[in-house]
Amino acid sequence: MGNDPRTPDATASVDFEEVQSTARFQELRKRHRSFVFPMAAAFLLWYFAYVLLADYAVGFMSTKVWGNINIGLILGLLQFVSTFAITGWYVSYSNRKLDPIAAEIRHEIEGHEFDKDGKKMTGVDK
Amino acid sequence: MIGIATAVDVADLKETTLLNMGIFGLFVAVTMVIVLRASRNNKTAADYYAAGRSFTGSQNGTAIAGDYLSAASFLGITGAIAINGYDGFMYSIGFLVAWLVALLLVAELLRNTGKFTMADVLSFRLKQRPVRIAAAISTLAVCFFYLLAQMAGAGSLISLLLGISDWGGQALVIIVVGALMIMYVLIGGMKGTTWVQIIKAVLLIAGAAVMTLWVLAIYGFNLSSLLGAAVDTANNPAVLNPGLQYGKSETSKLDFMSLGLALVLGTAALPHVLMRFYTVPTAKEARKSVVWSIWLIGLFYLFTLVLGYGAAALVGADTIKSAPGGVNAAAPLLAFFLGGPLLLGFISAVAFATILAVVAGLTITAAASFAHDIYANVIAKGKADAETEVRVARRTVVVIGVLAILGGILANGQNVAFLVALAFAVAASANLPTIVYSLFWRRFTTQGAVWSMYGGLGSAILLIIFSPVVSGGATSMIKDAHFAIFPLSNPGIVSIPLAFLLGWLGTVLDKKREDSTKQAEMEVRSLTGIGAEKAVDH
Repeated sequence: MGNDPRTPDATASVDFEEVQSTARFQELRKRHRSFVFPMAAAFLLWYFAYVLLADYAVGFMSTKVWGNINIGLILGLLQFVSTFAITGWYVSYSNRKLDPIAAEIRHEIEGHEFDKDGKKMTGVDK
Repeated sequence: MIGIATAVDVADLKETTLLNMGIFGLFVAVTMVIVLRASRNNKTAADYYAAGRSFTGSQNGTAIAGDYLSAASFLGITGAIAINGYDGFMYSIGFLVAWLVALLLVAELLRNTGKFTMADVLSFRLKQRPVRIAAAISTLAVCFFYLLAQMAGAGSLISLLLGISDWGGQALVIIVVGALMIMYVLIGGMKGTTWVQIIKAVLLIAGAAVMTLWVLAIYGFNLSSLLGAAVDTANNPAVLNPGLQYGKSETSKLDFMSLGLALVLGTAALPHVLMRFYTVPTAKEARKSVVWSIWLIGLFYLFTLVLGYGAAALVGADTIKSAPGGVNAAAPLLAFFLGGPLLLGFISAVAFATILAVVAGLTITAAASFAHDIYANVIAKGKADAETEVRVARRTVVVIGVLAILGGILANGQNVAFLVALAFAVAASANLPTIVYSLFWRRFTTQGAVWSMYGGLGSAILLIIFSPVVSGGATSMIKDAHFAIFPLSNPGIVSIPLAFLLGWLGTVLDKKREDSTKQAEMEVRSLTGIGAEKAVDH
């Protein structure tokens, strides 16, 4: 079960605090949080604004725009559009900004650059 | 109108019973063969709980959609739109938007830090015993209420689809559904369950797509004329506007806010959804799964908009309400109107398959949580070998299956929406604050986690017990008693903020600090996937 975390494996000797303090890891953390936190806040605000409008501004939501299609239906369908758009945006951001740097750190750890005892171990990989 | 009334004669439905049973039997036979084939190499605990982490992102995404689009989504939302118009549509928006919480904040980080269950992540850097026990209890509670809802849903579906209306006959069918589910999970483990969900998701989405195109074709692919026809049949222009169901009073408006909060925050904390992220090999595949499921689920909810208004226009709210199964009958009745007995038979079989698959997913989650969190880590203190753990999990499946059958028989005919909303509210209150804090807040402590989980779980369940859903109203579970001192039917607006507050309070009042090396390890693992990724490039 080499792909299960928390089983003693090649990562048992890693000094995680050292990894955490590196500039590169801090950069990864910053990139991740600076995307997901504002985005989560934005879509939750937009969703609750929509729920509040549907709850307390029935007259406005019932305004017909085209045929029988009213503002409420358009805003509802826009919730679908924004969900799909944020999904696509996050995937492209992760592929460009997060995955490469995460893979780099992973390879460094697996190459034993952060072992606790400080000396390089060779040839004992799983 | 007269033509429509004769076209959807409810008495005709009973004549299709044999056909329904035939199509359902075929589904059971085909999936059983696949489950048997898939289970041939179930050896380790990772095989049994996490399907050997062998599924691709797109397969897992389809299975997640299969897990998520339960009978409540298909029959419930279509029915809600057919009867209550726009207010029904707002359910599907909450259910979909909720996936962004899972995508942005939870899925990948969870895949990288956990192993089999939600408790693996929550107890990663906190004290194992108290946090694991709390997480397992809330997992079992959420799964149990979700299970009851599905089993009770099976009971009310049967009254319509198989023409069985007496209590004993329905109980018998609940037993058959439950026994089938136990077999799938016992034999197939997570791999078999996942395949059942994939097949069911494909059938459900394809069936809904055919019906959607059919309805749109009747109205010349013009959404506006479909909506106009729904207004004509209902003889009420308000079906296109919000507020038909929830706009009645200030309390009901607040209730809708509460429901909206529970829906959007509950999804990313449902244990059976979280466990699905462990069936893929890497965080990148976990991300891909969520993207797939967002597209499939979003597409499906767009279909339900057309199906709901289509049922309102072509079948009519009065016919639906008077049919056995009530609101839940909208989608099957629409299928019968469009394609006659054959389409009805197909849609009914898909609806049964939906219940079967969702119940199987819930059961394996609950069994894994008991065997892995309570038995292996608390009772055996981590000394149990994987073989014993899987044996305990299999026994738990049987116990949970029997409990679900009994509960389903007792809950049969009860308010199903109550149980689903309770499951979402309990998940959002008991699990989400601790998931978010432990992934993103360095200072978070064991005391904060325990306060938040028990506080959220306890307050959500207490508020439901004292709500109008349980007593005091015409649709309450106990009609004759009056102890509804809490006015809202959904507790989310109180219990979710309370659980977040308790998590914060428990942490700042905690004199003990957690191990900072564990925090570093969890953060590095969660963001880089070190140790959780397959080492392919050495």
